[in-house]
Amino acid sequence: MPEQVTVNATYEETYGFHDEESTLFRTPKGLSEDVVRQISAQKGEPDWMLNLRLKALKMFLAKPMPAWGGDLTKIDFNNITYYLKPSEKTEHSWDKVPDQIKKTFDRLGIPEAEQKFLGGVGAQYESETVYHKLREDLAARGVVFLDTDTALKTHPELFKKYFATVVPPGDNKFAALNTAMWSGGSFIYIPPGVKVEVPLQAYFRINAKNVGQFERTLIIVDKDASITYIEGCTAPVYSTDSLHAAVVELIALPGAKVRYVTIQNWSSNVYNLVTKRAVAHENALVEWIDGNLGSKLTMKYPSVYLKGVGARADILSIAYAGKGQHQDAGGKVIHLAKDTQSRIISKSISKDGGRTSYRGLLQVAKGCTGVKSTVQCDALLLDEKSRSDTYPTMDIAEERVSIGHEATVGKINEDQIFYLMSRGLSASEATAMIVLGFISEFTKELPMEYAVELNKLIQLEMEGSVG
Amino acid sequence: MSALVIKDLHVSCSGKQILKGVDLTINPGEVHALMGPNGSGKSTLSCAIAGNPNYVIEKGDILLDGKSILKMTPDERAKAGLFLAFQHPLEIPGVNLGSFLFTLFKQRFPKATHVTFQREVNEALKQVGLPQGFLERSLNVGLSGGEKKRVEILQLLLLKPSFAVLDETDSGLDIDSLQAVSKAVNSMKSDRFGVLVITHYNRILEYIRPDHVHVLIEGKVAMSGDAGLPKALECKGYSWLKPEAVDA
Repeated sequence: MPEQVTVNATYEETYGFHDEESTLFRTPKGLSEDVVRQISAQKGEPDWMLNLRLKALKMFLAKPMPAWGGDLTKIDFNNITYYLKPSEKTEHSWDKVPDQIKKTFDRLGIPEAEQKFLGGVGAQYESETVYHKLREDLAARGVVFLDTDTALKTHPELFKKYFATVVPPGDNKFAALNTAMWSGGSFIYIPPGVKVEVPLQAYFRINAKNVGQFERTLIIVDKDASITYIEGCTAPVYSTDSLHAAVVELIALPGAKVRYVTIQNWSSNVYNLVTKRAVAHENALVEWIDGNLGSKLTMKYPSVYLKGVGARADILSIAYAGKGQHQDAGGKVIHLAKDTQSRIISKSISKDGGRTSYRGLLQVAKGCTGVKSTVQCDALLLDEKSRSDTYPTMDIAEERVSIGHEATVGKINEDQIFYLMSRGLSASEATAMIVLGFISEFTKELPMEYAVELNKLIQLEMEGSVG
Repeated sequence: MSALVIKDLHVSCSGKQILKGVDLTINPGEVHALMGPNGSGKSTLSCAIAGNPNYVIEKGDILLDGKSILKMTPDERAKAGLFLAFQHPLEIPGVNLGSFLFTLFKQRFPKATHVTFQREVNEALKQVGLPQGFLERSLNVGLSGGEKKRVEILQLLLLKPSFAVLDETDSGLDIDSLQAVSKAVNSMKSDRFGVLVITHYNRILEYIRPDHVHVLIEGKVAMSGDAGLPKALECKGYSWLKPEAVDA
């Protein structure tokens, strides 16, 4: 299963293991126009994509590092390998995936989960998707689920229409970096009226040291169609840092329903700087279910542009920061049409000196009457050393709206712990129970298999805590 | 079996001396009642027995089955067979009552199956007069005072401790609730179960008949008697038991 722990023995054993680096091709360390050209040539891309990459590289170099959020000063862009190709091609049968890589995914339980409850699986290892498979009945209904590189070749018209429209290259420094270096990721197209009942999943694995993973995901859900997409990610524990800078673009056409679930559990040496954004057209519903447990620093604020009348956004996130971790996360909703609704619920837990920040934006354009929105962010601090901050921004240009905002910061309550202990639970079991209760609104939205794993993770994290 | 012996117990909280030498022996099969004015230390005694870390034992001992429990954590005491029904049960948001009870039940009876749990929990719900739908609620969240007390007794029934302290379980209960709760506690009576009922009122003792009644005044047991004592207290109040009154 694709979640777990941060920096303890359990993470090391379960997710933090690494294979020997097996590489068919890698670009030299550092970033340059030449590196971008090499990547594009490896992929045999059309010129327009190469040109877009080169333009994005210039934007990346020109943009200053963000001075807000977390500490980005330690990222050494010249010590990163930007493209690392692990195998010849994307396979559609696990038996054909190179043994060593297949073993990794076996150990992470991906093929097993695929058999049990998933409608399709993509597995990315370093820069490329090594395995991709969609259930045949879904393919027969016109569902497209491919790695993004393949999709660029097979669905050029959808690419030209949507790629980089939701997150333009110049949106932010790391979106520019991704656009220049992108490789892998998922491409999904759901035809009008097709309701996919089983989730599709992608799993992202970084194995080598000092690499950058820049997957690019593009999801288009046509009129009245629906889909749940799940992504998980882990990496070995190294003493040197890796960089994950993904871009996700999501388009929900009128009446579409999209649920995007992330369980981010990078090892604590990974910078996770991701741009996720959706456009929701008339009466569409976009849900970001975003769990951030791992990484050294995460800066990620899934956002939704509510462009069509009656569109809805639901952003539900949890962040856990343990020792040495900073989770700067939140959500953004921009109401651009009448009668649109949004809800942002954010829960954060800090422990052992970890730091969480909620950063959110709620914007309502003039003339968007009938907007309803609630924002709720709750932080739970497990000890005196830990920290939590809230940076909510509201920009409401219309008066005839209904907006609710609530924020709480709480310490774990000793009386609650005593109460539960008096019923026979140990201190760590009691703490875990309170924490699990605190994030239950999030957990109950996860598929059962993920909820169980998430609960186990939290229980492990609480072991040996509190006294 | 589960004799609970409290010996010369001195307890302080936030630096303030509250219990000043309490002696009390509760044998299995016995029902004891503890009464006394506000601030006399009744809840302090219950917290000390359960092991609340905010209460410091300055002197004396608490023995269960002849062994001191002072070094035991609250969960170890629970596992040894103690149960405290809280005066103010804590709300734990997001924790589903049903799965909470199952967790406790499995811990106390590791061999029990889910079927056994279901049967027992349904029976216990009936006894305390709560609908099954209650199991889907968050633990104590948004419950009335009376409902919270019923949920405490529900846990008591399920966990079957050998010794229980009921800290003002009757306060905030209406007549029907009081009867239901008392009946449930009475159903536990056996020669392997002892209970200390802490209360301000004679009312609950009409339903749960005590074998012994103790009056706690300013941190000491000022008087012990039989089931007739509460009636006398109702007429005379506590003032005549206060040290200065006795001295005079």
